Amino acid sequence: MNSVLKGSSFVLVHSPDMLVHSGTTQTTERIVNPSSEYLSKLPKYLRSFDDVVAYLPNQVYIGSKTPDDLAAAGSTWYDKPLKGANRFGPFGEIMPQDEFYMLMQACDAFDLVRLEKAFSDDVKVRFEKHPLVDEHLLAMVSDGIDIGDIMKVVNEEHAEGIYHDDKLVGYVKKAHDIDINLSAHVIFENLASKASCTLALMHLIKVTGISKNSVEYVIDCSEEACGDMNQRGGGNMAKAAAEIAGLSGASGADIRAFCAAPAHAVIHAAALVASGTYDNVVVAAGGSTAKLGMNGKDHVKKELPVMEDVMGGFAVLISKNDGKSPEILSAFTGKHSVGSGSSPQAVITALVTDPLDKMGLKIADIDKYSPEMQNPDLTKPAGAGDVPLANYKMIAALGVKRGELDRTDINAFTEKHGMIGWAPTQGHIPSGIPYLGFARNEMMSGNIERSMIIGKGSLFLGRMTNLFDGVSFIVQKNGGARPASDAVSEDTIKRLIAQSMRELAASMGVE
Amino acid sequence: MENQKRVKDFADQYGPEHVVVIIGAAEGEAAGLAAETVTAGDPTFAGPLTGVSLGLCVYHICEDAVKNEVDDDVYDEQVSMMEMVLDVDEIVREMDAIRSQYCKY
Amino acid sequence: MGKFDGKKVVIIGDRDGIPGPAIEECMKTTGADVVFSSTECFV
Repeated sequence: MNSVLKGSSFVLVHSPDMLVHSGTTQTTERIVNPSSEYLSKLPKYLRSFDDVVAYLPNQVYIGSKTPDDLAAAGSTWYDKPLKGANRFGPFGEIMPQDEFYMLMQACDAFDLVRLEKAFSDDVKVRFEKHPLVDEHLLAMVSDGIDIGDIMKVVNEEHAEGIYHDDKLVGYVKKAHDIDINLSAHVIFENLASKASCTLALMHLIKVTGISKNSVEYVIDCSEEACGDMNQRGGGNMAKAAAEIAGLSGASGADIRAFCAAPAHAVIHAAALVASGTYDNVVVAAGGSTAKLGMNGKDHVKKELPVMEDVMGGFAVLISKNDGKSPEILSAFTGKHSVGSGSSPQAVITALVTDPLDKMGLKIADIDKYSPEMQNPDLTKPAGAGDVPLANYKMIAALGVKRGELDRTDINAFTEKHGMIGWAPTQGHIPSGIPYLGFARNEMMSGNIERSMIIGKGSLFLGRMTNLFDGVSFIVQKNGGARPASDAVSEDTIKRLIAQSMRELAASMGVE
Repeated sequence: MENQKRVKDFADQYGPEHVVVIIGAAEGEAAGLAAETVTAGDPTFAGPLTGVSLGLCVYHICEDAVKNEVDDDVYDEQVSMMEMVLDVDEIVREMDAIRSQYCKY
Repeated sequence: MGKFDGKKVVIIGDRDGIPGPAIEECMKTTGADVVFSSTECFV
């Protein structure tokens, strides 16, 4: 039997000071061009927490607004703040930076993170009131320390400063004297990822109502590597985050595949459940500090706010078929193989039409495609175009080449089967997954039949191969509990029968 | 940035008149920026080509000047689908503008 | 003789446009000598 999509959570973390101090565009600029105009102008273009909460794409990410709301609100959103927007939504929340630092400190198991006393006391009041912060988590919060001690560790021991409102409020220490894989910078990056992943797990428990002990396995699919110099990507961010989230019955492991990792991870999780190995598997990811402000130079140059100011996180629960929740079709996944070729048409063929052909479906039989859902508000000013739209056009263009669509239908296709992107440019975060919350809702209420989630990854960035990568999977309205091999819809079966009848008739004609 | 260094090294090694840069940018603006970098110099002042006007010959793969030289079947297989996706006219406009201003070869 | 015969070609592809290896396949058919091929990623 196919596994099902039981629920998903989505979280954002407002990270303006992390953007300035940890984003690679900024850290690189400080090395190459320390007195640059960009660095001096940048602080003026940072958004406040309220701005970030009032930003429509962020409200879509946490499920308070829908992709349709986004489409109805024009083509830019930074200039249209929502009134009365709430930091909490049906899928998760937007966490302010100060509370997140406390969560990061709670996630530190090696006494590497400390916060300043006054800051810590102030944040703790709000942290304690957070609806998902329990005794277990509060017990991991350390007391704040004197600012003098913090400055000493930052200045003399190469610790990374933790900044809030441009003030030093804490440190992350290095975990080894000479191992660069345990440097303060790497520990900061990994703890930020672990903490945002943990936050997503906490929300997933709430969204799905699953008991913590029922989660048997967690797969982390973020883009960070944890380990020391003998195993730089040794891993298990999954188990580290599961521990803090209190999932005591879970083991786990990490899957890394650049931005495509989340789609790979869901395929793995679905197979683990469909095979009967586990009943409940969670796919989760935290955010990336490195990518904060990645296109900041272009945003500042165009006098726009620096909108890559949030880290993203998500968690998805995949469970044994309950006869109701949308099914993940394990037998009909798409994959870009080593020999697929790197041209865009080869990639789209491998990811989209190969699995559809296997099911006997046409391109238009997928109601909604969710490829990389980057928010165009961020990418267009940076010269990267509208990534989801380009993907929809590629799918439609392939449809034209295959004779399934007319060239004049391309725009209509992208509107009907596509969506406008709302995810922050956090690499793995936009990769198809952000639609899963809505996909489940739409299928449960019968509005759509099936959706294809497409993850793509730029393997060449790691300099090990020039290959591109991608995988895809189909989520489909539950057809009642049926064997996995049977998971195609009735009209598909009819079409397959009709097709074979035609072929039979044709072959008889030839004879 | 690493690419800028490579481009500079190849221009030194082979002579700028023998080097042709072919770009595949998704947008007119990004195409123009890449073209400007290898002709007039890095307009963002970030990389090794800052202030270095190589004036190299540069094209986008979707321009006729390149397309006409490529084997038709190979072009069809590798690029043609993207002609329906990219705004080729805008890309050509940007490329023409940069070439007429800064290209030396 | 083609326009690119014997030219040293440097390819700067784009993950969301035309990737480096696809351009490389094309340029190999022109008589040009591809000396470098890369792909950029903005997202």
